Amino acid sequence: MISDLFTASVLIGIAGSGIRLATPYLYAAIGETFGQRSGVYNLGVEGVMLMGAFSAYWATYETGNSLLMGVLVAMLVGLLMGLLTAFINVTLKAEQGISGIGIFMFGLGLSELLYQIAFEGERVPIKAFSRINIPLLSDIPVIGEIFFQQNLLVYIAFALVPAAWFVINRTTFGLQIRAVGQNPEAADAMGINVTRVRYTTVMLGGMLAAVAGASLSIAQLNVFQQNMTAGQGFIAVALVYFGSWRPFGVMAGALLFSTVNALQLWVRTKGIDIPAEYASMAPYLLTILALVFASRRVDQPAALGKVFERGG
Amino acid sequence: MLVKFLRSPRLDRLLETLMPLLAALSALIVGAVVLVLLDVNPIDAYKALYEGAFGTKNAFAETLVKATPLLLVGIGICISFRAGVINIGGEGQMVIGALMGTALALQLPDAPSIVIIPLSLFVGFIGGALWGALAGALKAYFNVNEILSTVMLNQIAIYTMNYLLNNTLIDPSQAQLASRIPQTARLSRATDLPRLWMPTRLHLGVVIAVVLAVLAYILLWRTTLGYRIRAVGKNPRASRYAGINVKRYIILSLLLSGGFAGLAGITQVLGVSHRMITDGSASGFTGSAGFNGIVAALFGKLHPIGAVPASILFGALLVGANQLQRTTQVPSAFVTTLNGIVLLFVVGSEIWTRRRARRRVTVTSSEATPPARQTSVEAEPAK
Repeated sequence: MISDLFTASVLIGIAGSGIRLATPYLYAAIGETFGQRSGVYNLGVEGVMLMGAFSAYWATYETGNSLLMGVLVAMLVGLLMGLLTAFINVTLKAEQGISGIGIFMFGLGLSELLYQIAFEGERVPIKAFSRINIPLLSDIPVIGEIFFQQNLLVYIAFALVPAAWFVINRTTFGLQIRAVGQNPEAADAMGINVTRVRYTTVMLGGMLAAVAGASLSIAQLNVFQQNMTAGQGFIAVALVYFGSWRPFGVMAGALLFSTVNALQLWVRTKGIDIPAEYASMAPYLLTILALVFASRRVDQPAALGKVFERGG
Repeated sequence: MLVKFLRSPRLDRLLETLMPLLAALSALIVGAVVLVLLDVNPIDAYKALYEGAFGTKNAFAETLVKATPLLLVGIGICISFRAGVINIGGEGQMVIGALMGTALALQLPDAPSIVIIPLSLFVGFIGGALWGALAGALKAYFNVNEILSTVMLNQIAIYTMNYLLNNTLIDPSQAQLASRIPQTARLSRATDLPRLWMPTRLHLGVVIAVVLAVLAYILLWRTTLGYRIRAVGKNPRASRYAGINVKRYIILSLLLSGGFAGLAGITQVLGVSHRMITDGSASGFTGSAGFNGIVAALFGKLHPIGAVPASILFGALLVGANQLQRTTQVPSAFVTTLNGIVLLFVVGSEIWTRRRARRRVTVTSSEATPPARQTSVEAEPAK
């Protein structure tokens, strides 16, 4: 049965769903990259994703299936969650690992609470983002099927990678982000407003994490489920380490993970004699392994997770 | 004028003492706002919450039953956080501890209580300890961020549980049925933890947990081992120069922390459910005690004795949530939200504690106290 894997249609299917499954990782991890490059470590991504997933689904449903409104409302909710994170981590200078758990629990609880109240436990499917076949490109055999028959959020996610690279490496704001993440005291002395830069990156990260959640509830699936992210937000944080804080590295990690995910989903549906539970473990085991190898890198922003005290 | 008042040391001292209560109060106020937005009278809701948790003898006993795993996890959290290690793996450690203890108890159906209870508890501790130590070793030897590794180990533990309860450990009578509920057989009656307050479900676990809280306090503040754990947490670099094997203490703190979580898991089995059953998620078994225990520990100022009342408070919230759902139709997820808010308030409010500590250093150092004290107070939060 495992030989089924090596047929063209199966491989193309897995590669295609690998691309699609990379979407939430990409949004969340690129957002987290901005935060971490500026020295703020946001572990609450998972909670923000859940809030994004719920609010996108809810807004889509309430507006008579306007997916655009769904994404916009999710972005707004993400901005607010980012503002909360920034206030606690930057202004109140909280221990960032712990405050992240607070954000996670808050998002986990609130998204379920609102879902229960708004839908009373009923599953009301919406019409999710449909596939857009890019003219001409989608007709290319193999490549077209894998890359150019995806939904809109997938295309935007991949477009975000070079955009993030450009912002971080080629703009003044990107230079400020890096300066603040490496040496906030020096950046401060140079006249950069450390607090403002960090608020901006963390809120941007919150917004992108919410879109990551939206990509689950109104693109990959068409409903919200309690705790539907199942650890993907935490994996996204790990991907930032794995990609050594570079957008393209993060993308490579996201693709590796999503391909493993697509593969394990295929294994499970095929009923191959690997127990489904073992297949499900694969992405998490891979994360730990990835962290073992990523840890040897020395590219970590020097001020990551450290509190900045002005004049201190 | 206002600024001067806000910066006065006296206010800081007052705030620090009252901080957990202020954090809880603020969280309740934020919760009330959420309730109002949901069109629920917050006074009715909080009354239902209180009644549900303390209203009757049975309610109070249930509160203590729910507080037990929170306290056990919380004790472990105190140890690891004091060592500067953030253990988010309580859920997974509970699951693995419970699995190992349960597997042992299933193997020895005829053993008398006096043998099987301590043995199962011990094995449960070991299970959680190994799962925690794994993250510790990854941190010590491969510099793997323990927050991320413990989260991943949680997921791996869940799938291990689901696999074992669907296969190896499944109740033989369930294995015959088409439904195949993923649960173990009921453990022998000899494994049941003694009930303390008939007819409620209050069991010996609560006493074990409180005794261990005292022992953990002694360990942390009255032994060399505990001193070193705290030293590593305050300042790993200084500890290394002082000849402490930092790696060993990182692993040890996660080992102990995981062990207490494992104990929380097996205590739930022996004291409450008497079998393991899974709904596919970790919280189906743990009731999210692995996370809520963190909140309880932080609320108790990372002090094992402080964790005792904190656990009762959060146990009460969990039990009260059911009553809340029955009388006001507010889903019990409200309490998860509230716990998240409490945690945010607690970590957010530490700025005042730190500010005060710094001011104390400035004052005392001008009075020429030995510099050693400065380093211990001023040390950056280990991370």
